[in-house]
Amino acid sequence: MDMNVSVGGLQLRNPVMTASGTFGNGLEFAPYGDLEKLGGICVKGLSLKPREGNPMPRIAETPCGMLNAIGIQNPGVEYFVRSILPSLKRVDVAVVANLYACDADEFGELAGILAAEEGVHALEVNVSCPNVKEGGAAFGQDPSQIARVTESVKKRAGNTPVMVKLSPNVTDIVECARAAVDGGADSLSLINTLLGMAVDARNRRPRIANVVAGLSGPAIKPVALRCVHQVCRAVDVPVVGLGGIASAEDALEFILVGAHAVQVGTANFLRPDFAFSLADDMAALLSDMGVESLDEYRGSLVLPL
Amino acid sequence: MSLRDCRNVKVLDVVPVGQSKRPGDFFELVLEYPGWGGWKPGQFVMVRPVSWGPELVWGRPFSICRGDEKSLTLFVQRVGRGTERLSQVLPGEDVTIWGPLGNSFAVEPETPTLMLAGGIGIAPFCGYIERHAAPENLKLFFAHRMPLECYPYAAMTQKAQGQNMLEAQPEDLAGIIDQMGALIREYADGGLVLCCGPTPFMKTAQRFALEHGARLQVSLENRMACGVGACLGCVCKDEKGHHTQVCTKGPIFWADKVEL
Repeated sequence: MDMNVSVGGLQLRNPVMTASGTFGNGLEFAPYGDLEKLGGICVKGLSLKPREGNPMPRIAETPCGMLNAIGIQNPGVEYFVRSILPSLKRVDVAVVANLYACDADEFGELAGILAAEEGVHALEVNVSCPNVKEGGAAFGQDPSQIARVTESVKKRAGNTPVMVKLSPNVTDIVECARAAVDGGADSLSLINTLLGMAVDARNRRPRIANVVAGLSGPAIKPVALRCVHQVCRAVDVPVVGLGGIASAEDALEFILVGAHAVQVGTANFLRPDFAFSLADDMAALLSDMGVESLDEYRGSLVLPL
Repeated sequence: MSLRDCRNVKVLDVVPVGQSKRPGDFFELVLEYPGWGGWKPGQFVMVRPVSWGPELVWGRPFSICRGDEKSLTLFVQRVGRGTERLSQVLPGEDVTIWGPLGNSFAVEPETPTLMLAGGIGIAPFCGYIERHAAPENLKLFFAHRMPLECYPYAAMTQKAQGQNMLEAQPEDLAGIIDQMGALIREYADGGLVLCCGPTPFMKTAQRFALEHGARLQVSLENRMACGVGACLGCVCKDEKGHHTQVCTKGPIFWADKVEL
């Protein structure tokens, strides 16, 4: 089955991408599978300057999910371009650079640097990280800021497609999606993590140093599906769905409600080879259902009258 | 081809070790050997039974205790949800494992080497002794709170010299610390010291090593989600204060290169 998809100008050999923050720069997972079996890799969030991230502890396990407050730890864009991208370029897979910045101008500057690099096939604008005080959640919850950041990135991105990653921690995600599209987004990815918390009843302490953190994993899939369903019906740009995908059937549910592609996040931690077989498993499941193409299946959810 | 991989293996056996407050608090998990001829003492493996489904999302890291061409043995103490569920797996069950992960302890066969183990921190030293070319140069100092039979101590001290101290009550701690200090001082001149145990135990060893100028390696065990360097959940601070991954840059660090 032809699993090729186009996501707002980004060409993918199949609809399976790995979500930023859960797959390193991709190379960490090379021992566990063929990176060229993936549709794309969204690399760990990048900022202009290196960031140390948040204090420890930063992660906690919860039923069917996990909390994280890593805080965009990364070596900075210059190091990425100089020391990581050359290795990634040798792999025939779409590379999506995930951008994090504190203001719209900085987002634009970062976009300009990365879009100029051969081997960066798209930019994913992270306006939805809940784990940083500056930028992050503040951008993601304000539609006018989302539009402003997106415009700034688009101005500097040239022909490189721009995907905007949205937060579920808002009253109306459709309003945020429209703002991103108004700002020029070529596609959207949703959802980022839900704000959550875990505490230790015995020692009366939060389990994460940041106190609140981002919840991911199978626990959030119903929220993610709802968001993707609502946004796909409201905007004309392609949507990439993510949030709790842990099987081929999970992934197809996102396609069914209208997503063009999916991203796999926390499931990469269930086992490091999880993402590599997902596209084949999706194709097999579609064939079992008698479906001849992804396009035929996409958005074919039958709603009650 | 990489030495590391991920695969499903069968549980061969779950063997209770010793008698503590609750039966089965300590056990050996014996798995089908995954074919990792090149694992080194101090390396670890991520383990996640298939039966966990999505409920427990992470694998759990364990030092490799023993491994031959037939089986891989991990020594486990039941402390949380993961190890509780792991104690309930049955022979024949599928377990996903990935590894061998991380770096390994220094091995200097001709150097007098002191192994400082605290509680469950004894596990990596099983493999260290088994794979060492000159175990007569090894000494194991073992501090523990549970009865000695709960640990694989007796088998280890058949090959290496051993000394153990029980921390039955808080007052025993001072004696253990004094003994650690004396031993580290003894090995400071041309020796090698390796340490694995609770963080306060390793901090104490680090303090003595810096004081006496001993070469010390510590094995860190932080909570981790992936084990492969991607999630950044397990970081510690290096000597410059930068966050660095325990899973890939460790778990073994020279004591003067890491903040505990």
